[in-house]
Amino acid sequence: MSNVQEVKLLGAWPSPFVQRIKWALNLKGVEYEYLEQDLINKGTFLVQCNPVHKKVPVLIHNDRPIAESLIILEYLDETWKNCPLLPQDPYQRAMARFWAKFVEDKFTEPIRQVLFVDGENQEKEVKKAKDALETLEGELKGKKFFGGESVGFVDIVLGFISIWLEVIEEVACVKVFDSQKCPSLAKWMEDFLEIKEIKENLPERENLVYFYKIGQFKLAMAAKK
Amino acid sequence: MSDEVILLSIWPSMFGMRVQIALEEKGIEYEYKEEDLANKSTLLLKMNPIHKKVPVLIHNGKPVCESSIAVQYIDEAWKDKFPLLPTDPYHRAQARFWADYIDKKIYNASRKIWETKGEDQEVGKKEFIDCLKVLEKALGDNPYFGGEEFGFVDVELVPFFSWFYTYETCGNFSIEAECPKLIAWAKRCMERESVSKSLPAPQKVYDFVLQLKKTMGLE
Repeated sequence: MSNVQEVKLLGAWPSPFVQRIKWALNLKGVEYEYLEQDLINKGTFLVQCNPVHKKVPVLIHNDRPIAESLIILEYLDETWKNCPLLPQDPYQRAMARFWAKFVEDKFTEPIRQVLFVDGENQEKEVKKAKDALETLEGELKGKKFFGGESVGFVDIVLGFISIWLEVIEEVACVKVFDSQKCPSLAKWMEDFLEIKEIKENLPERENLVYFYKIGQFKLAMAAKK
Repeated sequence: MSDEVILLSIWPSMFGMRVQIALEEKGIEYEYKEEDLANKSTLLLKMNPIHKKVPVLIHNGKPVCESSIAVQYIDEAWKDKFPLLPTDPYHRAQARFWADYIDKKIYNASRKIWETKGEDQEVGKKEFIDCLKVLEKALGDNPYFGGEEFGFVDVELVPFFSWFYTYETCGNFSIEAECPKLIAWAKRCMERESVSKSLPAPQKVYDFVLQLKKTMGLE
C-alpha cells in the first residue's frame, strides 16, 4: 500500500453522520482533507460523487467515492487495520452490525422525525426513540463501551447522542433521555466524550441549536428530497 | 465437529430467500423451519426477541437476525467456499451500497404496489420502476452485479423476482417493458440451482398475496 493516500471527506458540520466518519478517521490516525458542503445549493462535485443519494458524508479515497456512513465505517476498518472498530470473529461482527442497524432503524430515524413532525405524530416518534434507548441500555449493561473495553463500531454509530440528543430535545421541546432509566448509557456518554479523538473537533452545542432552530436544517432537508 | 445450521423463515419472504440462496451457494447443510407468523414459535421468539421477525439464521445455537447481516455472516463464517463479497475493500463498499439501496428503496416502493390502489399505487409503481432503472444502470453490461461472478448484490435482489408477477398483476404494468436488462439478469440468476431452489413459483406468491389482502381487508 502506497504511503501517499489521498483521503477527502465531503461533509456538513451539523451532520451527526459526518461526525461518525471524523471520529473513525481520528481514531485511526488517518490524515484527510475536509471539504464543507452546501446542502441547500449542492455542488456538482458532491452530486458527481454521490449521484444516487446526493448526501453527505462521502469519503473519497484515491479518487474513488464511498457513500453511506455505516458503509464508509466498514471501508475504513478494512483499509486501515489499526484501532479496529469491528471485532475479528464473524459472529461478533454480525452482532455489531445488528446493533448498528438497530440504532439506525429504531433510534436515528425516529429522532430525526421528531424535528419534522408535531403533536401526536411527534409523541409517537419520541416513544420509539425512548424504547430504542431502553433496549440499548440492556445491551450495554456491564460493559464500558458497546465494543467492550475500547470503542467499537456501535459506539461510533450511536455516539452522536452524546451531543445531538440534548440539541434535538431543546429544539423540539421534548424529553427523550431518562438517565434514571438508562444509567449505563448516561455513564457511557461521559466516557465516550472523554476519549481524546472523540472530543476534539466537535461542533459547539449552541451552534447546533441555532442551526436547527432557525430552520436551515429543514430547508436543507427539503432541498434533499 | 459438525455445524448445526437452522433457517427460520416463511416461504414467501424475499429476505428469507436471500439467506437460503447464500447457504445453497456455499453448499452448507441446513434445516429449514417454516414459521407461522400468526402463531410464532418459541424458538423464533427466543432467537429474535428484539424484532420477532424472520428470517433468523441459527448457527450452532447462536442466532443471526436481519437478512443482509446473515448473508454477510455466512460469507465470513464459511469464507473458503464460493465468496459472495469481493476481496477489495472498495468493491466491497460498492456491493454494500447497492444492498443498502435495495433495502431502503425497493421493498417500501413494492409494498405500495400491492397494498394500495389509485394514486398511492401509481406513486409506488413509479418509485419502484425508477429504482429498478437505477439498479439496471449499475448492472451495466455485466452478467451479474458481482461482475463476471454471481455475488452479494445478486443474492440481495434476485428474490424480488419471484414477486414481480404479483407486482405486475396488481399494478397492471410490465416490468420487462421498463427494465429488459434486469429481467434478463434475473433469468440468468434463475439458471443457478441455489436460486431456482430458493425462489417460489410466481403464481404461488400471487395467490398468497391475494389471500393476504383478503385477511388485511384490502380489496
